[in-house]
Amino acid sequence: MSEQPSNEPMLEIYLYETDQLIEQLENIIIVSEKAGNYTCETVNEIFRIMHTIKGSSAMMLFNQISTLAHALEDLFFFIREEKKQYINFSAISDIVLDGVDFIKVELQKIKRNDIADGKADNLIASIRDLLSYIKRDSKVKESLNQNSVCTKQENALVSTSPKEFQAVIRFEDGCEMENIRAYSVIHNLKQITEDFYYIPEDIIDDDNSSNIIQKNGFKIFFNSDKTYEELHDFFSQIIFLKDLELVHNNSQDCGKHEGANNKSQEGMKTCTNTHQSMISVSVSKLDTLMDLVGEMVIAEAMVTQNPDLKNLELPDFYKAARQMRKIHNEIQQMVMSIRMVPLATSFHKMHRLVRDMCKKLDKKVELVLIGEDTEVDKNIIEHISDPLMHLIRNSIDHGIETTKERLASGKTERGTLTLEAKNSGSDVLIMVKDDGQGLDKNSIMNKAREHGLIHKPENEMLDKEIYNLIFLPGFTTNNNITEFSGRGVGMDVVAKSIEAVGGSVSVDSTEGKGTVITLKIPLTLAIIDGMNIKVGNSRFTIPTTAIKESFRPVKKDLITDPDENEMIMVRGICYPVYRLHRIYKIKTEITEFDRGILLMVEQDEKSICIFADELLGQQQVVVKTLPPYIKKIYQNSDFAGCTLLGDGNISLIFDVSRLILTNKI
Amino acid sequence: MENAVGQEIDEQDEDTQKDKFLTFMLGKEFYGMEIRHVTEIIGIQPITEVPELPEYIRGIINLRGKIIPVMDVRLRFKKPFKEYNDRTCVIVIDIDDLSAGLIVDSVSEVITIPESDIVPPPDIKKTGNRFIKGIGKVDNDVKMLLDCEKLLNENDVEMLINFNN
Repeated sequence: MSEQPSNEPMLEIYLYETDQLIEQLENIIIVSEKAGNYTCETVNEIFRIMHTIKGSSAMMLFNQISTLAHALEDLFFFIREEKKQYINFSAISDIVLDGVDFIKVELQKIKRNDIADGKADNLIASIRDLLSYIKRDSKVKESLNQNSVCTKQENALVSTSPKEFQAVIRFEDGCEMENIRAYSVIHNLKQITEDFYYIPEDIIDDDNSSNIIQKNGFKIFFNSDKTYEELHDFFSQIIFLKDLELVHNNSQDCGKHEGANNKSQEGMKTCTNTHQSMISVSVSKLDTLMDLVGEMVIAEAMVTQNPDLKNLELPDFYKAARQMRKIHNEIQQMVMSIRMVPLATSFHKMHRLVRDMCKKLDKKVELVLIGEDTEVDKNIIEHISDPLMHLIRNSIDHGIETTKERLASGKTERGTLTLEAKNSGSDVLIMVKDDGQGLDKNSIMNKAREHGLIHKPENEMLDKEIYNLIFLPGFTTNNNITEFSGRGVGMDVVAKSIEAVGGSVSVDSTEGKGTVITLKIPLTLAIIDGMNIKVGNSRFTIPTTAIKESFRPVKKDLITDPDENEMIMVRGICYPVYRLHRIYKIKTEITEFDRGILLMVEQDEKSICIFADELLGQQQVVVKTLPPYIKKIYQNSDFAGCTLLGDGNISLIFDVSRLILTNKI
Repeated sequence: MENAVGQEIDEQDEDTQKDKFLTFMLGKEFYGMEIRHVTEIIGIQPITEVPELPEYIRGIINLRGKIIPVMDVRLRFKKPFKEYNDRTCVIVIDIDDLSAGLIVDSVSEVITIPESDIVPPPDIKKTGNRFIKGIGKVDNDVKMLLDCEKLLNENDVEMLINFNN
């Protein structure tokens, strides 16, 4: 989580780049697979990605990754050059994704400073097999319609990738070395476009090429965003030019093709754009920046509220001070927003998961993403990625029925899984919605009874309470353990990890219609809304989310039991009273019950009343962790951290659930 | 290349810090600690108490935005508490990325004690001098040299006693 800046900047850049490329590649594959077609654009893109990975991995001496990338590069080189309609794309997608997985695992190892020792030999061998199989396959088919070598090649190329422009160049008779001249044309053309091919292909090494150019002319096929006139000018500058035919290809066939390209490109743009406009900054630097900004705010308070300024008339000074405060606030907000990252990357990873599961379980599921540009603190994103995966696995495995069952119950053949994120106050809601069979109340109750998880009269339980039983440890209603779920560890792990970041999970379901699981997570961990309270000379902060109410107690409401435990009756319900000064042995003058203030706090449906001297006010506080030394000797601390108040004092932030659990009195 | 240079500087640094001790006073005794652990020395600051910690951990302080715990070395050595005054100092030490402040009566000076002048402490009691690493001879005086690692890390015994109570 806390990314230590690596000693080797090269390695860091390599990891970052390769990560991005792999992610991009995964997206491309999945988009193309959905479209059922690999356009020449995507093939080129994949080829380029593989080439980059190969090069950089070889440079960093990760040989396994580099040879694997090399094998994939070969495969796509072949696809690029050959007629692609003969190729089984499903097999290719599978093998590329396998390769992607392998590289991901290796990258993880490298990140953890382990040795990248995975062996890609099997994978490479199967890529080679596939390649030779495709080669043989296409050769057989090609030999069927073999014609003269030249036209066949031409046809093949024209049909592989129809290009926008076609130029036929003839050189003056007797200018000689036509192949060299053609080569210089190509060299110049590279400055205009990367996307071209030409006939004859082998202009330098093949002695025959001169003759062919003399006879048929030198043909170039290419794409370019330049206008016809500009291109015509370009070609007219060739020396010894005798004759130029420049054709703008506008045929139907070509247009269609372009359309498909554009569509898939658009799909890719939405996922790649998010990376392009970003730079990577190590989180620790952002933490330091935030610390500094916090200090600046305190320093500012020290200046503007300096005791030396008392009783002085300084209107201009205060004007300037207000201006500075305004700027500080803006800086603070900016720094906070730097840490916010859109959920898109986490969400897009799910496409892959859904695809793999659909293939394995033979179900048809469409993943719909809504609100993927919702922003959440970077630390939180790292914590919710795994739970989301669990939930989606569960939904596909348990929730959405097989195609047969769906048709039988009058639903569409294809199930829909919606992943939605939206802002709601200082929280973000993430919903995983499926239109599957819903939760089966009876079987949940049966399972719960079996495991002895019910602590309430059964007829009093609400539907919602029953559904939420699935978050208890050891719970699964799926009798068959599958590869994906059913071990009964899933849901409680989800609930735990969401609670770890201060969020909560709830589930709602309609039988036969589907299930909605809602994750409620805070926007950020670094800042909380807190109520500052005072006890003696000590300051404490309670997260406002936990506070239900605060009130000045009346002596007669106080009840003391024989064990000297204090309780208070509020609207007919009895709550235990935690006197902070007594629990923590703090010296204070306010021990009289009716001179202090009571704060009712709630967590996990348990409430207590905290007795403090007075409220200091509510403010947003930056959470700092307690020093590691304190944490070490005092593990089960009641405090989640500490914060610096405006006057430079330190306030301790309560971990309310811990406070309620430990039951100090 | 750069690394090699860096290492050299490190070594030089190490060399200049070798055998150097920061001496401070607790009551009438002089103590010393290796200078390489010391980050800075500050005057006494407002301390925020953290409940339920051993008595010798006075609480936490705000050192320019960094929160560090402070330990009263007097209390750590089971000596009576002495009110803080303007001579009282906090020595900020850093051991294996663990920062802490040590409250002492006063700081005196940095002196060099060659290794040959340091003798191991006598075995008086099993637990009596567990924080003392050695005794250094300086002219006619002796300074007790503290083991900072133990000062910070050895608290299991006390914690256990606290629990038993």
